[in-house]
Amino acid sequence: MSVALSAGTSVSGQAWSRIGAIDPFVPQIYRVSRVWRESSDIVTLAIVPTAGDRPEFAPGQFNMLYVFGVGEVAISMSGDPAVPGSFVHTVRSVGAVSGAVAALEAGATLGVRGPFGSAWPIELAEGSDVVFAAGGLGLAPLRPAIYQVLARRERYGRVVLLYGTRTPTDILFRRELERWRRRLDIDLFVTVDHADETWHGDVGVVTKLIGRGGFDPPNTIAMVCGPELMMRFTGTALHAAGLRSEQIYLSMERNMKCAIGLCGHCQFGPTFVCVDGPVMRYDRIVDFLAVREI
Amino acid sequence: MTKVDLPVGSKAVLSLEGLQSLIDGLAARGYQVLGPTVRDGAIVYDAVAHLADLPAGWTDRQDAGRYRLERRADNALFGYAVGPQSWKRFLRPPTERMWRARRTDEGFVVDAPDTAVPKFAFLGMRACELHAIAIQDRVLIDGPYLDAGYARRRQDNFFVAVNCGVAGGTCFCVSMNTGPKADAGFDLALTELLDGDDHCFVVEVGSAAGGAVVAGLPHRLASPADSTAADAVVAHTAQNMGRTLDTRGIKELLQGNPNHPRWDDVAQRCLTCANCTMVCPTCFCTTVDDHTDLAGQTAERTRSWDSCFTLDFSYVHGGRVRSEAGARYRQWMTHKLASWIDQFGSSGCVGCGRCITWCPVGIDITVETAAIRATQSGASQTESNNDGAGETDHGGT
Amino acid sequence: MEGLERIVLAHPFFAGLETELGPVVAGCARNIRVGPGQYLAHEGDSADEFFLIRQGRVALEILPPGRHAVVLSTESEGDIVGAYWLVPPYRWQCDARAVELTRAIGIDAKCLRAKCDSDHHLGYELMKRFLPLIVQRLDQTRLQMLDVYGSRPA
Repeated sequence: MSVALSAGTSVSGQAWSRIGAIDPFVPQIYRVSRVWRESSDIVTLAIVPTAGDRPEFAPGQFNMLYVFGVGEVAISMSGDPAVPGSFVHTVRSVGAVSGAVAALEAGATLGVRGPFGSAWPIELAEGSDVVFAAGGLGLAPLRPAIYQVLARRERYGRVVLLYGTRTPTDILFRRELERWRRRLDIDLFVTVDHADETWHGDVGVVTKLIGRGGFDPPNTIAMVCGPELMMRFTGTALHAAGLRSEQIYLSMERNMKCAIGLCGHCQFGPTFVCVDGPVMRYDRIVDFLAVREI
Repeated sequence: MTKVDLPVGSKAVLSLEGLQSLIDGLAARGYQVLGPTVRDGAIVYDAVAHLADLPAGWTDRQDAGRYRLERRADNALFGYAVGPQSWKRFLRPPTERMWRARRTDEGFVVDAPDTAVPKFAFLGMRACELHAIAIQDRVLIDGPYLDAGYARRRQDNFFVAVNCGVAGGTCFCVSMNTGPKADAGFDLALTELLDGDDHCFVVEVGSAAGGAVVAGLPHRLASPADSTAADAVVAHTAQNMGRTLDTRGIKELLQGNPNHPRWDDVAQRCLTCANCTMVCPTCFCTTVDDHTDLAGQTAERTRSWDSCFTLDFSYVHGGRVRSEAGARYRQWMTHKLASWIDQFGSSGCVGCGRCITWCPVGIDITVETAAIRATQSGASQTESNNDGAGETDHGGT
Repeated sequence: MEGLERIVLAHPFFAGLETELGPVVAGCARNIRVGPGQYLAHEGDSADEFFLIRQGRVALEILPPGRHAVVLSTESEGDIVGAYWLVPPYRWQCDARAVELTRAIGIDAKCLRAKCDSDHHLGYELMKRFLPLIVQRLDQTRLQMLDVYGSRPA
């Protein structure tokens, strides 16, 4: 039986989901407008489209960044959604493609597919206390959410940022953290796993900071991002602190190829991380988060 | 003969000549007519122009890890079950170029993909295959994002189904409610009737397009006796299924037993060769390859069939999520029979038996399911004696 | 003494402790104030006292020869410093140094152990509070050890 399809058949919701609209398989060409070297292997890039406007995006979403002839990699947005014109991405060089992205200089061109994926629950959290729990590079995908919450600060209760990383030299966005700390309306706690006596801050895992926040567990939304193990321990610790699983959100990561739920690679249990995530509510995934090699 | 289009649901009878006219008529309408042929000791789908191209007088003997063609005593054209391929080979080709990029002075540009596709007519589709296509439609067209290439290839299809007269040794479509009778998704459905020298096809009209095509062929309307004979063929097939699969509570069964010892058992046998995913009509996983020419001036992205059994399928920086064979087998089977229900609202399995037949070590998905079901609380070896003084054997912490 | 008893019972560690036991515990307690850089205990010292931190930050440290001291963890307001008083040979296995001005309640270990020996109910109440803390600390140490942010992340 032939499928009753015609060019331009539309479906409610997604912008590029029918023949005739932008093919989500084909990259748009962007140019690097600015590069910030965060550390020896972490770089932040601002990229602008060579044609048309930068699409709107929600905090938590990601783009597939393509380097000519090398390949594609999924990187979350790390910039402010309210600032138009460019996407900002923070990339760590860990392989051929991410290394190539991290090596791009201002003026270089790259391909962009996206934005894809689910978003942090910014609107849903209005009226509640908000806890951001970031581990290592996980601070980058949370940064757009932090910007959005701070931009509408009056809509939230207490806002707490718990940030753990490996050593004091690994602290990401240090100047920005210092700026946030100078605000009087956000509680910011930073800890490191390893330090020597020259560090005068906290030493220990980020879950230790949970007790400090002063947030009200029944009325809190927590957004957690970092290495998967860190998120597992943090989810458990937040749960122990009195948050229900429905109040906790994680940003998951799996192998991404198509980023649109059609290639099967990013499956995590019954979910597709690219369309059901990357931001996922804890209750949905807690049962198989700890299953070996799922 | 009447030239009035036959209504949907009506039945007619085609002779062999009528069937040849059907092939000719579809070709004349611009369809690329594909159907079963014999090649390399198997039934494979290829271009067909004449009845002589079809596997007349052939049948198949299938069992776990075994496939042989055998001569039939008669000249039935469709007297076998299914071969290693499914129609996904044409609707979603094993390799496809997604796009090409060229370096320019300013950087590079991406050239839009070529969108020309043939008009396909598939002859000899089985009920399970129709269901498989419907399942792939649900994945590739009905979701939030659309596989444009697949959707283009699905436009203007003409489907001629065949109701199975032979149950395959590994078939279990009855368990999956996907056959043996084709009940939807076809333009025409044939049931082959062969009685001595009487060789004809009862054809059921499944769509307006089908009714229009039959109207132009030499045919007669089916009598009640024809219908009864056709029904008997299907009933006979339904009673001779090679396998059964108990699907009651299968979602909870598989999702609830990720640490069942059976997964380790399968891991000892599974070669992770990916045959099952290649022959499965619903498996849809693909990978992409980005490469350049030697001068680095042109880059291309191609998409190819992939399999969750490959070691790098689940690679994230730092390593592979699923490195154990047991974890990969568990992923495939749980996805196919359980997670698919969460994702797409139906089972991913149509009971065609290909994965059983084409597994080099004969792993049988129906046997594995039954084994897990038989001992579903057997994840731990602990057994305590009721007298309280007995020793408790620990499975380990 | 009454003021000290109130402070002891107010510390999160003793949350829910029966009021009758307050003076019993407070009888072993003292209020202390430690300046930045000063040590509450040294590795090898007899574990005669453990500390309930009320304010400030204490680093648990070990000094590998020829290197900067490695901070194993820091404890702050509401935390407990010192579990070595619970198990023989009652010796500190690391240094405890105040990173900033720290106020704490110091509890005399010999005094409290003796009281627990004679009042097992008190002993049990303390165990119920200490053990979850130690298990939690074990989990935290394990996560710390996994080095999840390392260049080959776990």
